[in-house]
Amino acid sequence: MEAFLNSPIGILAITVAQTLAILVPLLIFVAYMTYAERKIMAAMQMRVGPNVVGPFGLLQPFADAAKMLLKETIIPTGANKALFIFAPMLTFILAMIAWAVIPVNEGWAIADINVGILYLFAISSLGVYGIIIAGWASNSKYAFLGALRSAAQMVSYEVSMGFVIVTVLLCVGSLNLTQIVLAQKTVWFFIPLFPMFIIFFVSTLAETNRPPFDLAEGESELVAGFMVEYSSMTYALFFLGEYANMFLMSAMTTTLFLGGWLPPVDIAPFNWVPGPLWFILKVCLCMFTFVWVRATFPRYRYDQLMRLGWKVFLPLSLVWLVLTAFVLKLAGWLPV
Amino acid sequence: MIVALAFYVFAAILIASAVMVVTARNPVHSVLYLILAFFNAAALFLIAGAEFLAMILVIVYVGAVAVLFLFVVMMLDIDFVQVKAGFQRYLPIGGIVGGMLFLELLFVYGAWQFADDAQALRMHPVTTDVTTNTQALGAILYTDYIFPFQAAGLILLVAMIGAIVLTLREKPANSRRQNIAVQVARAHAVTMKDVPKGAGLAEMGGIIRRPLPEPKKKALAHDDHGHGHGHDDDHGNHGGGHH
Repeated sequence: MEAFLNSPIGILAITVAQTLAILVPLLIFVAYMTYAERKIMAAMQMRVGPNVVGPFGLLQPFADAAKMLLKETIIPTGANKALFIFAPMLTFILAMIAWAVIPVNEGWAIADINVGILYLFAISSLGVYGIIIAGWASNSKYAFLGALRSAAQMVSYEVSMGFVIVTVLLCVGSLNLTQIVLAQKTVWFFIPLFPMFIIFFVSTLAETNRPPFDLAEGESELVAGFMVEYSSMTYALFFLGEYANMFLMSAMTTTLFLGGWLPPVDIAPFNWVPGPLWFILKVCLCMFTFVWVRATFPRYRYDQLMRLGWKVFLPLSLVWLVLTAFVLKLAGWLPV
Repeated sequence: MIVALAFYVFAAILIASAVMVVTARNPVHSVLYLILAFFNAAALFLIAGAEFLAMILVIVYVGAVAVLFLFVVMMLDIDFVQVKAGFQRYLPIGGIVGGMLFLELLFVYGAWQFADDAQALRMHPVTTDVTTNTQALGAILYTDYIFPFQAAGLILLVAMIGAIVLTLREKPANSRRQNIAVQVARAHAVTMKDVPKGAGLAEMGGIIRRPLPEPKKKALAHDDHGHGHGHDDDHGNHGGGHH
């Protein structure tokens, strides 16, 4: 057994098993997030929400999935066929592969690489390609406008996200995600770095094209933006990709600011709860906030969105970065 | 063995996609091949053990620069027939220029001589007490060569200011400016209320609106002309007063 596990085939089998252990729960969470979002928003808007399919409407995600699968995939005549099909796949794949480095518990990351946070940042910055390729390949002006908006938006908010990540890295002294979580043993970073936490959270909203920054879709003026030509499974992949991206961004927020798998305080009733459960709870809290924001705020105007990114968040995060560096240096708290 | 195989696969795809960048007819496809080339270069960095450079390549070039490329190229309205039109006419001249450059490169490379101690200097002696190449790069850039690095930063800053100065146009004095703070501030707060059954507006205390401060300019207009409804932008404030 030992020999088999150390052989190339054994290592491959273990990696496949680990991947499935991450992706299957993730996809179930994604499916039920669509249900949870509709229920939460219904509650906030004094409606009932899905309640017909199964008890409390719990089978609604499966009904939706069956509907998506059985519908016809329509490819517009003027579309660039290969890229049109490729774009939703790319969105979905990118949302999945980023999970390879997320540490759900100490030592539970599939790949505990020492540039983990850079890998996450790289993958999340690639998400824009799915949207921009979809918008261009659709050969439709609404889709294209949506894609252009989203490209500008995601590039803008990435800049301030980068500075937020650098600020956290200053406090940790490592790019490894496990190290980042372990550095929060005494205090979770959202307390000392509270303004950066807020900037990061708002930037993740913009990065995932969620309301109030969902101008790429903008159903009132762009019909559905970059997704306007997509139907059935190609549309479903975008849909799942968006939700998986939300989970990814929540996981990033959890890892960077909310102490990953660590319990709030390391005393009896709290540290009985296993680490992965804490991680899931924190991710779900972030997801709830995503939905809460969607139900609360109207959509931003495009110029205000750009202004917020470049004229508010970027200077603010820069100043806070320099401030953090000064404080760490003067107080002698710089990690070696 | 696997490493060598991976190297040749990535290198082959890199060269093939780099060729496609210049030969693809559709400029959007060119940019997409460029992105593929970047990815394979990042993979080669990874094989060489330079994981920091690989990630930075993906973040900076693929995540930001190529997005802007794609952004611009997608908006070009290119007539492919027109692009191809002068191909045969300009082929000889283009060929001659390219050939000359290639020959010059060959001459330069042929006359290249390494100094005796160049081999020793080629690899910067990386301090041995660091564990990752992120730390090694950081130590070199921010500790050993901090002043050249700062000078490079200053040059970039000057270039940036130059670009801004060249493109910044003075706005005409009467141009309208947006006051974002006013635009996004709450004016008449709309709140949800749990209304008891059968209660009317009167039982709920009527319409509650926050009293707005009267703008001074408008008060003057009232006194002088006796009509306030000509001012469209002040119109909402009048509504606030009726309760």
